[in-house]
Amino acid sequence: MNLKPEPLVYELSSPGRIAVSLPERDVNATPIPASLARTDLPLPELDELTVVRHFTRLSQKNYSIDTHFYPLGSCTMKYNPKVNEQTASLSGWRNSHPLAGDEFSQGSIELIHRLQETLREIGGFEAVSLQPAAGAHGELSGVFMIRAWHQARGDVKRRKMLIPDSAHGTNPASCTMAGLAAVTIPSDAEGGVDLAALRAALDDTVAGIMITNPNTLGLFDPNIEEIARLVHEAGGLVYGDGANMNALTGVFKPGEAGIDVMHFNLHKTFSTPHGGGGPGAGMVGAGSKLKDFLPGPLAVLESGTYRMRMPSKSIGRMKSFYGNFGVLVRAYTYVRMLGAAGLRRLAENAVLNANYLKVLIEGTYPVKYPRRCMHEFVAMGDIAEGVHTLDVAKRLIDYGFHPPTIYFPLIVSEALMIEPTETEDKDTLDEFAEALLKIAEEAKSHPDLLHAAPSTTPIGRLDEVAAARNPVLCYRG
Amino acid sequence: MPFIANSDADRAAMLARIGVSSVEELFGDIPEARRFPKLDLGEPLAELEVTREIESMAAKNLSASACAWFLGAGAYNHFIPAVVPALASRGEFLTAYTPYQPEVSQGTLQAIFEYQSMAAALLGMEVVNASHYDGATALAEAVLMAYNNGGGRRRILLPADLHPEYKEVIRTYFAAFDTKIEEYTGEPGKATLDDATCCLVAAYPDFSGEIHDLKAAADAAHAAGALFIVHADPIMCAVLKSPGELGADIVTAEGQALGNAMNYGGPFLGMMGVSSKLVRKLPGRIAGEARDHEGRRGFVLTLTAREQHIRREKAVSNICSNQGLVMLQTCIYLAAMGKTGLRTVAELCWNKAHYAASRIAALPGFKVETGNFFKEFTVRTPVPAGSLAEKLSRRGVVPGLPLSRYYPSRDRELLVCVTEMNTKAQIDLLVESLKEAAK
Repeated sequence: MNLKPEPLVYELSSPGRIAVSLPERDVNATPIPASLARTDLPLPELDELTVVRHFTRLSQKNYSIDTHFYPLGSCTMKYNPKVNEQTASLSGWRNSHPLAGDEFSQGSIELIHRLQETLREIGGFEAVSLQPAAGAHGELSGVFMIRAWHQARGDVKRRKMLIPDSAHGTNPASCTMAGLAAVTIPSDAEGGVDLAALRAALDDTVAGIMITNPNTLGLFDPNIEEIARLVHEAGGLVYGDGANMNALTGVFKPGEAGIDVMHFNLHKTFSTPHGGGGPGAGMVGAGSKLKDFLPGPLAVLESGTYRMRMPSKSIGRMKSFYGNFGVLVRAYTYVRMLGAAGLRRLAENAVLNANYLKVLIEGTYPVKYPRRCMHEFVAMGDIAEGVHTLDVAKRLIDYGFHPPTIYFPLIVSEALMIEPTETEDKDTLDEFAEALLKIAEEAKSHPDLLHAAPSTTPIGRLDEVAAARNPVLCYRG
Repeated sequence: MPFIANSDADRAAMLARIGVSSVEELFGDIPEARRFPKLDLGEPLAELEVTREIESMAAKNLSASACAWFLGAGAYNHFIPAVVPALASRGEFLTAYTPYQPEVSQGTLQAIFEYQSMAAALLGMEVVNASHYDGATALAEAVLMAYNNGGGRRRILLPADLHPEYKEVIRTYFAAFDTKIEEYTGEPGKATLDDATCCLVAAYPDFSGEIHDLKAAADAAHAAGALFIVHADPIMCAVLKSPGELGADIVTAEGQALGNAMNYGGPFLGMMGVSSKLVRKLPGRIAGEARDHEGRRGFVLTLTAREQHIRREKAVSNICSNQGLVMLQTCIYLAAMGKTGLRTVAELCWNKAHYAASRIAALPGFKVETGNFFKEFTVRTPVPAGSLAEKLSRRGVVPGLPLSRYYPSRDRELLVCVTEMNTKAQIDLLVESLKEAAK
């Protein structure tokens, strides 16, 4: 890690410097009218080498999958194959324009079509749209589709969406954006959906349920088909949040088990890089009831020519053009290299790694629901007097590991949500468990080490309260 | 098996430690009848094989690098300096996630802060967020912000001459709400505002390329108690007055033009800025400056009480993943271009577009319909623009967007875009080709 403070680009700026070379003007000049013209452009002035060193040094202040184990629960921080970057950066993709016309974009549409078909098969759906730009964007699409389906049937009183209390925050937030009220359903003693509470909540005002399976506890709800049956019986539809699909490829097809519409996060399950926050891609798949409502356009093959077409009852466009195409190329590369056998092996190994890690640490870091987990599990970090999950997480940094997701899901106090993914080897898991066990000893013998952590990073813990109270969001000179 | 690290021996040792005899036993919670279904997919491909397959698909596209390219309409062919992909593709940036742990994410966080600073300077706004999915979704959420904070005002005024796909996205986003989305034509300052209007939206320039008087529009919107939202071309903002200077409350922009390839329409960059009074309503992540216990400067995601992972159904938006890497590319692009470079790019666009327009206007039967424009303008063609564009595209001259793509009745209009990528020779070739094709 680069520990040295790095100035801001503005602080490195010096008048008259420039980092690019641009061609001379080869046409006559047309003056810009003074009434329209801007007088000052307060951007920095840097030379090329300064730009290169600046951003290289910044990069060295990050933990990343390429440099560190990154067991961030629910985020599926698996290895991002280098070949993905190569196939996604081909000139034929980078220089293809979304409005060139279908016949001049046959390569792009063919790739979209192939990926649609592949994901349809993996999920057990009837049709797939690759338009949404991220998981939450796919969720929003799905909720819009459910709403539109009820509206199309004239069933306008269904304004409630049931959401288990273990769900990601995006689920209720998506409902609000679709004009639906989120109603929380509690979890049962096994960490699944409480069926009695579900039955009690179901009536003719319910639009549907949003269910994450495996849920954010890393547990597969064995009642999934019963849940879907109950919701359907009450006239609702079932949304599947596919954030945790990494446990299920080649293992379970949600579309065949009563899920009407679902998103997959291509940046999780299908190995596209998270890029410090994005871009993702949030494909949505749908069964027979909702396939005509998918956001579009979708790729279709019509007598030998690929075309982009809008589904007949589409909710419309969710963004301009056709989705995060560059991300789609990466995901396609990955599924082609894995094939059917590889997809099952990835889920098997993701689940094996998580269960192995759980066994190594659960004697010290209690796991609230002591069942077999799927691809991740939730332990608790308050392992000694005065020590909290945050302290354990920060101390892990000093041992060279990115912390797990902390304080989520909300239904487990002091949650440490750990997802190793299939691309880590046993040695890494052993080292990580060893560090966690050593930290548990420190928590008793030298708790100050945990409270002061991290001590190996460019900065220590930041005063986030002060930062939010008096926000400084731009360079102020 | 690619990308799976453990050997069979590793797996056997791990299964033994867990206390099961096979990996299948770990899947006991999956309903038995549904467990391990057959996947009807092809055989696994080797890296060499998949590379060949994808190369052959990519080669089927018409590539802007092989043509004289004058098509924009929301996705723009601009120069990308080599430093942008070289630095943004570093694994430490590429394979990190959202910087929830600031001590090990200062690289990403400082880059977000620098992007926010440079983008705010360019757009003339006080605060810019860490990105939205694209220009269209940024604009849709800007309108949503105005609607949710409009004290019950339900009327939304959009320019009729807004990118048609942006209009579609806004309508998708508002399907569930009881709003009146109306379209005005011509000058945004002359749109009919009333006390039910929550926002007036203007495009700078509009879809046909026309630059309108934003100052008058801002004054009219504010007089009616509405927010003024501007969707801007960010490269144009390097030489023309910024939307903030002209009175915008919320600015959105498509940042693809700033250092990002066209990529068949994505990933792009939704830029979104607001005046400081709206900052706590702004959707998306925001980085802010903070201090540690030793007083050292660092950066952190801040004002998170707006966001879904804290506020759930009360959040201002459901956005989680954004376009982080695209934002980083734009950050590097703006740093590399700097004050002089970005102005030069914008001036090249302006001068070349005006040269092209003056030559096309001189062709018999052709007419330039746009008055004040930056890099894109509408041309009336003497023959149907769709077939003209198709014919020229086959010869490697992509003349622009036939407006019939979105408006079937406007079959003799062509939206032409000229950037710094177009040489004088290419522009002259376009002019000759148009002349020839119209015969």
